[in-house]
Amino acid sequence: MGDLTDMAKEDSIEVEGTVVETLPNAMFRVELQNGHRILAHISGKMRMHFIRILPGDKVTVELSPYDLNRGRITYRSKS
Amino acid sequence: MIILRSRAEIEKIKTSCLIVAEVLDRLVEYTKPGITTWELNAISEELAAKKHAQPAFKGYHGYPFALCTSVNEEVVHGMPYKHRRLKEGDIVSLDFGVLYDGYYGDGALTAPVGKINEEAARLCQVTEQSLYEGISKAISGNRLSDVSHAIQDYVEKRGYSVVREFVGHGIGQQLHESPQIPNYGPPGRGIRLKPGMVLALEPMINAGGPDVEILEDRWTAVTRDRELSAHFEHTIAITGDGPQILTQREKRFTVEPE
Repeated sequence: MGDLTDMAKEDSIEVEGTVVETLPNAMFRVELQNGHRILAHISGKMRMHFIRILPGDKVTVELSPYDLNRGRITYRSKS
Repeated sequence: MIILRSRAEIEKIKTSCLIVAEVLDRLVEYTKPGITTWELNAISEELAAKKHAQPAFKGYHGYPFALCTSVNEEVVHGMPYKHRRLKEGDIVSLDFGVLYDGYYGDGALTAPVGKINEEAARLCQVTEQSLYEGISKAISGNRLSDVSHAIQDYVEKRGYSVVREFVGHGIGQQLHESPQIPNYGPPGRGIRLKPGMVLALEPMINAGGPDVEILEDRWTAVTRDRELSAHFEHTIAITGDGPQILTQREKRFTVEPE
């Protein structure tokens, strides 16, 4: 039986959104392009590089298919 | 982490592999127009039971069957269906694995159903040969991607494409162990092969483009362009004297003379 290549095993969905508010503990409310508001946290990588996220920033969010109301911010675009 | 197996362990894996090889050889005898993939699956289970071996795929990540039956444009993991009757001209890939005495064996082949056309025959021959090309590079001291590259190079030179989404894998006490072995890539990369490694090499080759999609049943993979796909697999052991094919079968792919 063929094994699925590690890249094909990734389950998350990537979406774009705009940060609406900052919450405690590096959490953010992000409004997605479809209008959905979700709760997102900053990814470890961004945290490591001290990348700041502010309301109004356009970000890329990784959503877990198991809970579409939560996500991980993986990229902030330079606006 | 890649586990190096002792000679004794390789013997045990070989025992499982011989069961797989025998089941596949027997299944090919039943692979004729009119039989359903469901029946082939049932036969594979009976054959394994006779050898007191457990079908390795049944229950694996929820796969409900013992055999994968991938017909024509189906690439791998084709689920057996009661209504899927094989007809003259089809090609069907049979992928089977067993667990025996704590060790796994995994093998596959693509078989013709009755008389098949030249295109289909050529695809199968090239795919099977690409497996042997890969095996020929599976020697101690080479790098893993030397195997991958050999497969890709052989089939692409002949106008076929390599499936990216699925890979070969280490095997032993689990069905899928480290390393993952893609069937494409530049040579000279990856881990160095050492004696004691046991690998399942399984090129999946398409007549059309390389892209694959998964059907609604969440398992059956088909070519995006719905062109034919073939699949052959051997479990091999890397030894000091070169690669040892553990799932060696009686014969290679043959076509009925027209």
